[in-house]
Amino acid sequence: MDFLSQLFAFFKERKKYWLAPIIIVLLLLGGLIILSSLPAIAPFIYTLF
Amino acid sequence: MYILGISAYYHDSAACLIHNGNIISAAQEERFTRIKHDPRFPIQAIKYCINNSSISFDEIESIVFYDKPLLKFERLLETYLAEAPKGLKSFLMSIPVWLKDKLFLKSTIAKELSTNFDVKKSSVLPKILFTEHHISHSASAFYPSPFKDSAILTIDGVGEWSTTSLSHGSGNNIEIISEIHFPHSLGLLYSAFTYYTGFKVNSGEYKIMGLAPYGEPVYLERIKEHLIDIKEDGSFKLNMDYFNFNSGLTMTNSKFHDLFGGAPRQSETEVTQKEMNIARSIQELTEEIVILLAKNAKLKTNSENLCLAGGVALNCVANGKLLKNNIFKNIWIQPAAGDAGGALGAALFAYHTHFNNARVISEPDAMKGAYLGPQTNSVEIETMAKKYNAKFQKFTDEESLYDLVSDHLINEKVVGWHQGRMEFGPRALGGRSILGDPRSTKMQSIMNLKIKYRESFRPFAPSILIDELQNWFDIDVKSPYMLLVADINDAKKIIETEETEKLFGIDKLKIPRSTIPAITHVDYSARIQTVSKDTNPKYYGLINSFHKKTSCPVLVNTSFNVRGEPIVCTAEDSYKCFMRTEMDVLVIENYIFYKNNQPNYDDKEKWQEKFRLD
Repeated sequence: MDFLSQLFAFFKERKKYWLAPIIIVLLLLGGLIILSSLPAIAPFIYTLF
Repeated sequence: MYILGISAYYHDSAACLIHNGNIISAAQEERFTRIKHDPRFPIQAIKYCINNSSISFDEIESIVFYDKPLLKFERLLETYLAEAPKGLKSFLMSIPVWLKDKLFLKSTIAKELSTNFDVKKSSVLPKILFTEHHISHSASAFYPSPFKDSAILTIDGVGEWSTTSLSHGSGNNIEIISEIHFPHSLGLLYSAFTYYTGFKVNSGEYKIMGLAPYGEPVYLERIKEHLIDIKEDGSFKLNMDYFNFNSGLTMTNSKFHDLFGGAPRQSETEVTQKEMNIARSIQELTEEIVILLAKNAKLKTNSENLCLAGGVALNCVANGKLLKNNIFKNIWIQPAAGDAGGALGAALFAYHTHFNNARVISEPDAMKGAYLGPQTNSVEIETMAKKYNAKFQKFTDEESLYDLVSDHLINEKVVGWHQGRMEFGPRALGGRSILGDPRSTKMQSIMNLKIKYRESFRPFAPSILIDELQNWFDIDVKSPYMLLVADINDAKKIIETEETEKLFGIDKLKIPRSTIPAITHVDYSARIQTVSKDTNPKYYGLINSFHKKTSCPVLVNTSFNVRGEPIVCTAEDSYKCFMRTEMDVLVIENYIFYKNNQPNYDDKEKWQEKFRLD
């Protein structure tokens, strides 16, 4: 819940509501990743990601 | 009021504890885990900060993270969308990490802390705050500086969106004036050339800087014509047709490689004149942009002072040029200018801005010489000696120790010097250093090849007694954090003959260029550390003893580690490093160890495999 309220505050502050559907879909995917316990390894270059 | 600052999850994770605005302790996680640039949550560093102050979590008012994850995620998504379908591979690799940990940073931090500390419920944890990445850098540069009012420049790879920022600091307030946003980044441009010349991104940048004097700026015009558009105020735009970092898994693309006549150099292959010329070209471009940005900062703020931070502020050659240009009367550079320093900046920003506390200015600055890490005590040294059956001699009188160690240095012995609190930031400043005699013509090669096991072209830095500075170097301001480069005085130079002048590239290295050749780079420059009695009395005492005997107030100072290893932290780290290399003498506090007295050392860890080459 804490995260959702932060996320909503973020959309409001940045006025980027169009990002909402993308983030929600990604969050659902994230749930799948956690449930399936797939390893998550970041790409190697710099701090971009 | 205690505040804990944290930087993590990208590179160089670190923790910093402040008390009523006073910096108490700070350390990088890599020093404890022995993994260079360790990006993981800095549990060990936090434990050190808390234990060092003997406080409990209840006493911490707030925990501050050094950047804003949602803002960074916004940048990632927008970049991927703009580049789609390019970047799919990178997207598929990076997004799961975000969805698993980075996006839910508040709960990740709470989970990490409650698992590792005696905190039963995350609800009793201190309040967790977030600052923007470049604000953290700005705060790390301004608040510890000795200036009431200052322009602040931060330049690095990228934070959330910002890659370069100009701010104005006054009293306890920092006001952002302008920013340059991703993908237009001077740090990433420098890293692209680091990648192209076959060095490791985010650690090989020092090597490019060291390599530059061997080359000529033959590619400078080509870079300006094709890769970057620089405006008069120092702002710039990269031509992204030549780069791959915004959506790919490499820094540069085939168009970039065609422009510079071939594929990137393979790591660990021979460094040719081409790489040297590229290094010189990108170095000169960086200096030009930094100077233009500083001129604009002066114009916009009209301040006499400039504070610098961000990874590019570790480019001490550019800093030296900036100083010579006299744009500002005073310059102060955060010694932990990279992301580790973000932990410190985040904590200070919260204290002064979120909690609105006044700022007390310290002289010469508030960094305590950057000696903010752990100190080794007698019990730890003797326990280590017992474990390895190490033979040592203990001194009670410091003067006798300095006298003996300076004799060893004069006899061209290489000395490991482990004293007092460990340094915060990438430089060893006489707390965890390897020392040598700068007058020796073979010292640079001994130290590079037999002690550090690194490339022979890399220069070493001098530590000099502050009162002797102007007798040896062409600089009149102190440089306590080894962040300024200056030329050696004419009187100390050995002038080139017609024959030696003709030498090119790496051959330049063979010619002694001054009376202290081990620290004189091929362009007669040196990366200077000034040592004062107030901030490091023991190191001062040793150099002073050496000075009295040799009339030379300078020592070679390089970090206490081998290539790829984080700088040593504990007595055990120092002893292991001492035994793995051809170092002759090790001094830990008042204990002295001689290599030829030690029992055989069986290196079970095989450091060549443990520490990946940087």
